[in-house]
Amino acid sequence: MFEKYGIILALALEIIIFSLLSENFFTADNLLNVTNQATFIAIIAVGMTFVIISAGIDLSVGSVFALVGIITAGVLTLDITPLWLRLPLALLAGLAVGLCAGLFSGLMISRFNVAPFIATLAMMTICRGLASLSPPIFGHGLKIQSTISGLPGAFGAIGKGHILGIPAPVIVMVVVYVIGGVVLHQSRLGRYTYAIGGNEEAARLSGIDVRRVKLLVYILCGGLTALSGIILASKMGVGDPKVGVLYELDAIAAVVIGGTTLMGGRGSMLGTFIGAMIIQVLYNGLNLVGVSSFLQKVIIGIVILAAVLIDQIKKKT
Amino acid sequence: MLLSLKNISKTYPGVKALAGVDFDLAKGEVHALVGENGAGKSTLMRILAGAETRDEGEIFLEGTRVEIPSPLKAQELGISMIFQEFNLIPYLSVAENIFLGRPPVKGLFKLVDWKTMRARARYLLEQLRIELEVTDAIENLSVAQQQMIAIARALSLRSRILIMDEPSATLTQFELENLFTLIRRLKGQGLGIVYISHRLEEVFRIADRVTVLRDAQRIGSHLISQINRHILIREMVGRELTEEYPYQCREKGPTVLIVQNLTSGTKLTDISFTLYRNEILGLTGLVGAGKTELARAIFGDLPRERGEIIFNGKRVTIRSPAEAIRLGIGLVPEDRKRQGLLLGMKVRENISLADLYQLTRLGIINLVQERSEARKYIDYLKIKTPSTEQLIKNLSGGTQQKVALAKWLFTRCRLLILDEPTRGIDIGGKIEIYHLLNGLVDQGIGIIMISSELPEILGMCDRILVMSRGRLAGELSHDEATQEQIMYYAAGRGLN
Repeated sequence: MFEKYGIILALALEIIIFSLLSENFFTADNLLNVTNQATFIAIIAVGMTFVIISAGIDLSVGSVFALVGIITAGVLTLDITPLWLRLPLALLAGLAVGLCAGLFSGLMISRFNVAPFIATLAMMTICRGLASLSPPIFGHGLKIQSTISGLPGAFGAIGKGHILGIPAPVIVMVVVYVIGGVVLHQSRLGRYTYAIGGNEEAARLSGIDVRRVKLLVYILCGGLTALSGIILASKMGVGDPKVGVLYELDAIAAVVIGGTTLMGGRGSMLGTFIGAMIIQVLYNGLNLVGVSSFLQKVIIGIVILAAVLIDQIKKKT
Repeated sequence: MLLSLKNISKTYPGVKALAGVDFDLAKGEVHALVGENGAGKSTLMRILAGAETRDEGEIFLEGTRVEIPSPLKAQELGISMIFQEFNLIPYLSVAENIFLGRPPVKGLFKLVDWKTMRARARYLLEQLRIELEVTDAIENLSVAQQQMIAIARALSLRSRILIMDEPSATLTQFELENLFTLIRRLKGQGLGIVYISHRLEEVFRIADRVTVLRDAQRIGSHLISQINRHILIREMVGRELTEEYPYQCREKGPTVLIVQNLTSGTKLTDISFTLYRNEILGLTGLVGAGKTELARAIFGDLPRERGEIIFNGKRVTIRSPAEAIRLGIGLVPEDRKRQGLLLGMKVRENISLADLYQLTRLGIINLVQERSEARKYIDYLKIKTPSTEQLIKNLSGGTQQKVALAKWLFTRCRLLILDEPTRGIDIGGKIEIYHLLNGLVDQGIGIIMISSELPEILGMCDRILVMSRGRLAGELSHDEATQEQIMYYAAGRGLN
């Protein structure tokens, strides 16, 4: 039982502690706010869960996240087409950037046997560089690294809109988790992901197209990163090449706290969601209590270690 | 007595692993330890090697009572265990591995004295008559050679007692002879050797005495000259076993598979044979003869340059395991744990893995149907698992192998290739597997059984193909085949 619900207990405990420490924590507004803030990392972490269960890693998500925002914002500010056409075009462009980044990393890893760490590390610096180089291409200042602002108001609906009082990003996140959970736990692709992460050779000898599955998980991760990047650009109303720094580590942390091992073959979607929430609640709660951001980092680090240690101890007994 | 273990007991949470077991060993003696999986052999030897602590009992070494709390202490006392995986470092040289952790040093800074190390390693190998360069990297050696190095390392520690856990599991007949020669030489030098094995033929050939464990207890110890195979098996299993090899003579059916001039690099040369329905076709040969490669080539996992495969009357091209599976071909690989099954996944997930398409609609697996299919095969093959949700790693070797069979039966394959299907499985489990194979043949599934265990090949197969250096060296029928003839072909003397 503890195996499955231990992490939910941990989140509950965290919420209780912060409720006692700060009267501003356990309010509907704040809880909704925490959830809303968690969406960026949480959505990326869905893709990361697939990648890590397949025994891979994707370090490029933070940079891809920034590049997607820039490209989406850039296309939105092009004056060559009417808005009703520009909006879907921009969304498609942003999505395509994420999918292509995943495709490229996935091809390097599955076809050319480049270690996932290296392939995505390269992709990480490539995309960060491209994000900084892009604004001038779209005619926004001569300086590189400048932001792209002046996005049409309609675009803001994705990041700032509400449906029945619930922020749109939260709804998107819930949908992503439900679909992600079904795909991971009940689809053939999900089962194959576990299989190649558990034992690649056994998977191959069971007739699984290992290369195709690997390619797909990186494309999936890129696509979800793009979705997350689009939501941020919409919420901020700008494309900023400097966003998403170290997001890859937050996403990996969420996955790992959620009980997925970096060795691959083991993990769950619910775990990742709770993991992402644990991190965000921690940031939020510590802020409310007035803990400095540097001390927050120390605490987050300890939480990651604790989660993995508990997992190790559970495995031994 | 060189060694006596008295009244050793050990309890794990919920399981009695050893209940007051005695065991002794004389100088210059080979003492075999036999029993089914879970009988307590490994636990007993791990206690002796300091890898496990006992709850009760005493250990005497040459009459003196000793404590062995750690492997290091065992090493100091001259007790060495050769594990199935030899604990060698693949990228280091033979000499470095022999002196791992305690290389000879020289000078003020205690730098490794390479010259002395190599010289001493060379001397050791000469003594053992192992013809190897001490500078060779371990990864370039065969399994048999690696085992020799592990033994050499044990001897360099001035061991008096050598424990060998299933030393023959990965050796061929030929390599086994070398090992036996070496063991006899060590015996002559006064070492005491504990020999753990499932293969009784070997026990009768090499051991002086044999001790049987069953259900954590010592059932008996016998001089090998005063016991026969039949009684030994009865003591191990605890009941009468009707036949060890339940061979069934059958009418040869129509052809299932024709392989013509199959060639793949240097591994397989010009291989042609036919498999009929209603037969178990045996495939044997030395390690490196190409048995596994042939299986992999048919299964689409090894590219082939030349040759044709005709399966169920149709010429087929198989470029991947997926294509092989779609045609109705299955392969149970030789290494159950690394290639055959997903240890961290459930019984249900392993059974369905090779043919999930049966259970999926629009990419989504029907878990209810998956569970009921798994249950069907668990009942049919009498797989001893508490539920469909049990993880494979918690099952015994024989049970795991049944899951591997279930996995291919689920694909409704028409040809099943089994690579060393009974390796590391105890006698009771083996016989069950043999009966299952007979059942599959009766259902019309063509079976190729690869094995380096000759008694099994001789006992179970209708026809036997012998490979040597990537070629087919000879074919024998069940009635004409003998161990000597197989060895003759395996050594390549049937080839011109």
